[in-house]
Amino acid sequence: MTASTAPGLLRFITCGSVDDGKSTLLGRLLYDAGTVPDDQLAALARDSRRLHADAGDALDFALLTDGLDAEREQGITIDVAYRYFHTARRSFIVADCPGHEQYTRNMATGASNAELAVVLVDARKGLLPQTRRHTYICSLLGIRQVVLAVNKMDLVDCDEAVYREISEAYRALAQTLGITSVACLPVIAPGGDNVGARSARMPWYRGPSLLELLEAADAAPTRAADFRMPVQWVNRPDQSFRGYAGTICGGRVARGDEVVVQPGVQHARIERIVTADGDLDSAGDGQAVTLCLDREIDVSRGDVIADARHPAPVADQFACHLLWLGDAALLPNRTYWLKLGTRTVNARVMSLKHKVDVNSQAKLAARQLVLNEVGYCTLGLDDEVAFEAYADNRTLGGFILIDRQSNATVACGMLDFALGRSANVHWQHVDIDKSVRAASKGQQPLCLWFTGLSGAGKSTIANLVERRLHALGCHTYLLDGDNVRHGINKDLGFTPEDRVENIRRIAEVAHLMVDAGLIVLVSAISPYRSERQSARELFAAAEFMEVFVDTPLEECERRDPKGLYRKARAGTIRNFTGIDAPYERPAAPDIHLLSGGQHAEQLAEQVVARVLAGIDGTIHG
Amino acid sequence: MSTDNAPTHSHLDDLEAESIHIFREVAASFRHPVMLYSIGKDSSVLLHLLRKAFHPARPPMPLLHVDTTWKFREMIAFRERVAAAGDVQVLVHINQDGVRQGISPLTHGATVHTDVMKTQALKQALDQYGFDAAIGGARRDEEKSRAKERIFSFRNAQHRWDPKRQRPEFWHTFNTHIRKGESVRVFPLSNWTEMDVWLYIRRENIPVVPLYFARPRPVVARDGALIMVDDERFTLREDEAVEMREVRFRTLGCYPLTGAVESSADTLDKIIREMADSRSSERQGRVIDHDPTASMERKKQEGYF
Ligand SMILES: Nc1nc2c(ncn2[C@@H]2O[C@H](COP(=O)(O)OP(=O)(O)O)[C@@H](O)[C@H]2O)c(=O)[nH]1
Repeated sequence: MTASTAPGLLRFITCGSVDDGKSTLLGRLLYDAGTVPDDQLAALARDSRRLHADAGDALDFALLTDGLDAEREQGITIDVAYRYFHTARRSFIVADCPGHEQYTRNMATGASNAELAVVLVDARKGLLPQTRRHTYICSLLGIRQVVLAVNKMDLVDCDEAVYREISEAYRALAQTLGITSVACLPVIAPGGDNVGARSARMPWYRGPSLLELLEAADAAPTRAADFRMPVQWVNRPDQSFRGYAGTICGGRVARGDEVVVQPGVQHARIERIVTADGDLDSAGDGQAVTLCLDREIDVSRGDVIADARHPAPVADQFACHLLWLGDAALLPNRTYWLKLGTRTVNARVMSLKHKVDVNSQAKLAARQLVLNEVGYCTLGLDDEVAFEAYADNRTLGGFILIDRQSNATVACGMLDFALGRSANVHWQHVDIDKSVRAASKGQQPLCLWFTGLSGAGKSTIANLVERRLHALGCHTYLLDGDNVRHGINKDLGFTPEDRVENIRRIAEVAHLMVDAGLIVLVSAISPYRSERQSARELFAAAEFMEVFVDTPLEECERRDPKGLYRKARAGTIRNFTGIDAPYERPAAPDIHLLSGGQHAEQLAEQVVARVLAGIDGTIHG
Repeated sequence: MSTDNAPTHSHLDDLEAESIHIFREVAASFRHPVMLYSIGKDSSVLLHLLRKAFHPARPPMPLLHVDTTWKFREMIAFRERVAAAGDVQVLVHINQDGVRQGISPLTHGATVHTDVMKTQALKQALDQYGFDAAIGGARRDEEKSRAKERIFSFRNAQHRWDPKRQRPEFWHTFNTHIRKGESVRVFPLSNWTEMDVWLYIRRENIPVVPLYFARPRPVVARDGALIMVDDERFTLREDEAVEMREVRFRTLGCYPLTGAVESSADTLDKIIREMADSRSSERQGRVIDHDPTASMERKKQEGYF
């Protein structure tokens, strides 16, 4: 495939602002390439006459690609539209992207699979802030080749000086943004000047037409030269065959090559490269194959099979760019799923270094990222992964983040480099472990996590439960959310970011205490499902019980033991759960305490009974 | 344009690899996937790619054909040959409620027929088998509205497409997470054009229903289309007559709703050349609307604009 002389499929995007003439240019390109069917041409002529009665027989090429305009009129989501055409030399896929800042995520989507961008400017206006933004997003998503089309040249009298000035300014801009290859050309979109054929109106331009430029463009995106293949699917129809199916995302592999299965260190040799068309001697970038190894080693989906001499780096902490796509903001320290290649792991943004103004590229301080914002962050994963810098390999350097509650795709990210910490901080082995410590206390360690509104009765009930357990000879500790804020969490307030971090730290402390063999009672509002889930995941299944103290808001407000609801209603304190901050009810708590009409003692008794039942079942049973 | 104007072959390799990648993501990420099989050329290509993606294993998912009971007889015969190959399971679902009501495109019109026998029937089948991913053969180049469709298209528990919950797709890293009851539609041929499909069929020697090739067939001219008289359920109107004409089909559906085109293209080479030369849209011949109220509706719209 790589040896083929024919230029392969070219995927490119078009970016421009409203009225730069993007739709017209694209329509004209499709027309000049000869891919507009006759019936559509007839419709085009009809619609052009109807809409522009004064324009004679001139065709309005924008009507061929007017999808985006229609959406604009109807006020619905403006999305990337894909179009297809081919010439004698090559096939093309165009992602037609909306240009406005509020559609940055859509443009980035289109750019993620593109190798080239056509950036449009209006000759009368020259470079605009959006030209810079479009170029930055292309660069961020790894596009290294840009064609600058200076459009509407007829409206500046086809003046070469105007064109020269704009194209020189653009070359300088593109260079600062890391675009290595820039081609410029002057066009008149409706007339097709320099689109499909050279322009008679601009004889001073002697370069190729847009179509010729696209036909000649280099299709191979920058990719790591060393062999890499993320394993998608283990193919095991019967005892006699075991192969690893995937798409090669860098380099070449040949029969007999030594490979390593990452993030592990096991080596093997390639025994067969299987395809439905017969075995291959070698295969390269972009091919979907099935690899058989010469020995039985443990390989599963998500692993990366790599050249053993030049393996991919492996890490669990990274510096990366994130483009936020979610309607809800990024919360640093919240756990999201991260999908990189075929691997899915838990990840959280440990620190947001800064955000980047997409128009000026200025670095701005930030505590959150919202829709369409770009940030530079430190990312921590709960497991090591094999990766590449995004600039070298889009597949092993580009990832998405998925919200664990809604399943929405909330970010795309581009890995920059690994941060050294994990390589230097090792997990120290200790001889006395949790089970030994628990046995000496004669109990099963446990975390009882009380969640609910302020004033719901969490602390009261937790206190009663602790007293009962203590009386029974259990070793306990009550970790109260309010008390923790006087010490280890003194630096945290009540913004969503701080609440996330507050719960993360409480959960980590509770985890240490369970490791010490204790029964820990946590009493904290813990308003977010996502963080309660993260807390649960720190523990073994039998070690964690979520206790939902379900007291209606009106009842909490009536009790108002600390006078906080009154203050919140008066507006003197902000971000108060239940008033101006959300509480996400547990969907399936282990223990659901409905406080209506019951005394705290009765509710505590329900919890104690469950704890004792658990203990009976495990230690004494 | 001539045949040499057709795209080079290496781009077919790119498209094939992309589609295989998508098939494998589905098999690895969903509990109960299915491939919707409509017997047409796109389905033939899908089936070929399905086999290739999992070779030497058998395809790890069944095919599902939603049978409206009005398909061309040659299509059903073709389906039975596919099933007889034995490597894939072919499930056939018919909306029995619709059959009991006697729903027919000739009497109820295209809109009602399609809704009951196709759309409702598909939902019934997906619910009945509990499929969480359904692979289909739609291509983005088929019509404008499809140009924006995702490759993995999210559906809620009522099978509804919710524009707000469509997920942005970066690279080929697909978000396959769904909750119980929700599902996705997956389109591995999203980036293929009609020309790509035919070039690939020729290159890979993929069998397709003979109706795609020109032959003398009994047709009736009705409402500006040539309808093939495929069985005795088709009754002639007063001024209509059946004539033998050399025709072929560019897309296949329910026979009373599918227009034939006059053509002498009886080989793959000729089909490809004809397509390159004639340059008319594929959907031209699809879904002729015999429903008087629906077409009145459209006329109203046209008048209104
Ligand atoms: N004179 C002139 N007008 C142009 C040119 N390109 C586009 N236009 C016009 O500029 C307007 C906006 O074009 P359109 O393609 O809809 O812009 P879009 O919003 O970027 O898609 C339309 O009225 C076009 O006819 C050009 O090169 N010269």
